[in-house]
Amino acid sequence: MPMRTAVLVAVLTLATAAMRPPALAADAPRSFRSVDIDLPFGDLAPPPGPGVEAFTSNCLACHSVEMVLTQPPLPRAVWQAEVQKMRAAFAAPIADDDAKQIVDYLAQLKGSD
Amino acid sequence: MMIRSPVLDRRRFLAGAGVAALAAVAPRARADEVVDLGLPGGGGTRPVTTTYPTKGKMLLQRTRPPLLETPFEVFDRGVVTPNDQFYVRWHWSNIPTQIDADAFRLQVRGHVNTTLSLSLRDLLAMPAVEMVAVNQCSGNSRGLYQPRVPGAQWGNGAMGNARWTGVRLKDVLDSAGVQPGAVAVRLKGLDEQVMPDGPHFMKSLSVDHARDSEVMIAYAMNGEQLPLLNGFPLRLVVPGWYATYWVKMLDDIEVLDKPDDNFWTTKAYTIPDTPHASMKPGQTGIKMVPINRMVPRAFFTNVASESRVTAGVPTDLRGIAFGGDTGVKQVDISLDSGATWQGTQLGADEGTYSFRRWQATVDPRQGRQEVLVRCTNQRGDMQPMESNWNPSGFMRNVVESVALVAA
Repeated sequence: MPMRTAVLVAVLTLATAAMRPPALAADAPRSFRSVDIDLPFGDLAPPPGPGVEAFTSNCLACHSVEMVLTQPPLPRAVWQAEVQKMRAAFAAPIADDDAKQIVDYLAQLKGSD
Repeated sequence: MMIRSPVLDRRRFLAGAGVAALAAVAPRARADEVVDLGLPGGGGTRPVTTTYPTKGKMLLQRTRPPLLETPFEVFDRGVVTPNDQFYVRWHWSNIPTQIDADAFRLQVRGHVNTTLSLSLRDLLAMPAVEMVAVNQCSGNSRGLYQPRVPGAQWGNGAMGNARWTGVRLKDVLDSAGVQPGAVAVRLKGLDEQVMPDGPHFMKSLSVDHARDSEVMIAYAMNGEQLPLLNGFPLRLVVPGWYATYWVKMLDDIEVLDKPDDNFWTTKAYTIPDTPHASMKPGQTGIKMVPINRMVPRAFFTNVASESRVTAGVPTDLRGIAFGGDTGVKQVDISLDSGATWQGTQLGADEGTYSFRRWQATVDPRQGRQEVLVRCTNQRGDMQPMESNWNPSGFMRNVVESVALVAA
């Protein structure tokens, strides 16, 4: 390599180095292990109450029960909107009558009005 | 590629069996130990779980899909959050639990010159970059809002700070050759919707943001391959932006020649277009925009509220802060409800987007002493004294306080 080019390369290398994030850690992986794990499914049963069957058959495919158990008391209108969101936005195939029962169940379990 | 999901099989099983019967086929979350997150109005008790593979002690928010909160004491041990206690949040429960590292491919397609299918080895051969950056859930601290709002009822532990190693998203896009007219880059992972017609989780960035040389595709977290629960094998890192953009198990990059109209980008994760994303409960007619840049926060990590201390004896306080989408300029504390503030000493600077340690010494007077802590970022933005509020519980960053009880 001609001298001038070599100097230019060196300057460019320095300039690039200055823009670079901190030096790479020596421990950065050079290969990857395949992964095979089991995840807990969630075995808590929903508290009994009117509408629990509709809740169990429609909601537990996607959620374990803690999703509801950890919610604060919320107005019925908020529960109504949540159930509607599951149907409209997330394509949950909930029949009208089941949706009503689920809202009743949630409003009784975690209602604030 | 081998991808196995236990969820679909178990759904079929669920249809014909009582929920209690599932106990026989799945690990149980042990509930011996619980932590109270101190949420207003109560209901903040969460079991400590150690049943998740690759994870140590975590607070169980939800078993399926897994939502695991980092116990807050972890943040006192250092500014980097260990992988085995880094929080976990998924949208759909249909998460692959078996991934073959050799067979995995990242697709780059759409409005590009060349469609790419990259192996992990291909990515390792590209120039590597590294950055320490905070990943924080949009709804971190949601459980603390008043009035309370629906959603994951997190305390302050839906965040973590890691050293991410990977490649620039820009370099990958340049390899494919983004065509003129491209406006957005849509990122999608291997997790799938449970309901066939449900929206696959994906997020978009503007093409300029995607090519800013900071957004990266991480294949390592704190020097290790990512835990599956944090997105093995690849996760998007969007420094300074909320974690909803940090797509996990990233396997598909689609360059779009028109704005992305998918549900997760336009409808979910939107905030009021107001200062601090704040509004009044019930207020209507507010313009909503996609959540984006993070805002500054500071926390106490070595004292909890109502900690007992000795009056007149200097007491060390410390914690962590981050500036959001820019660095930490200063962290101050106040002993008089915010009337006056005094500086704290900042720890080592691990980078613009990292947690930064702060520490201060106070001489508590007899009785109950409230101490506030406030972060100001490099732009001069500081945490508000009053909490914001919005119906999704996003972007909480109110000034934090602890009460010391000195005797």
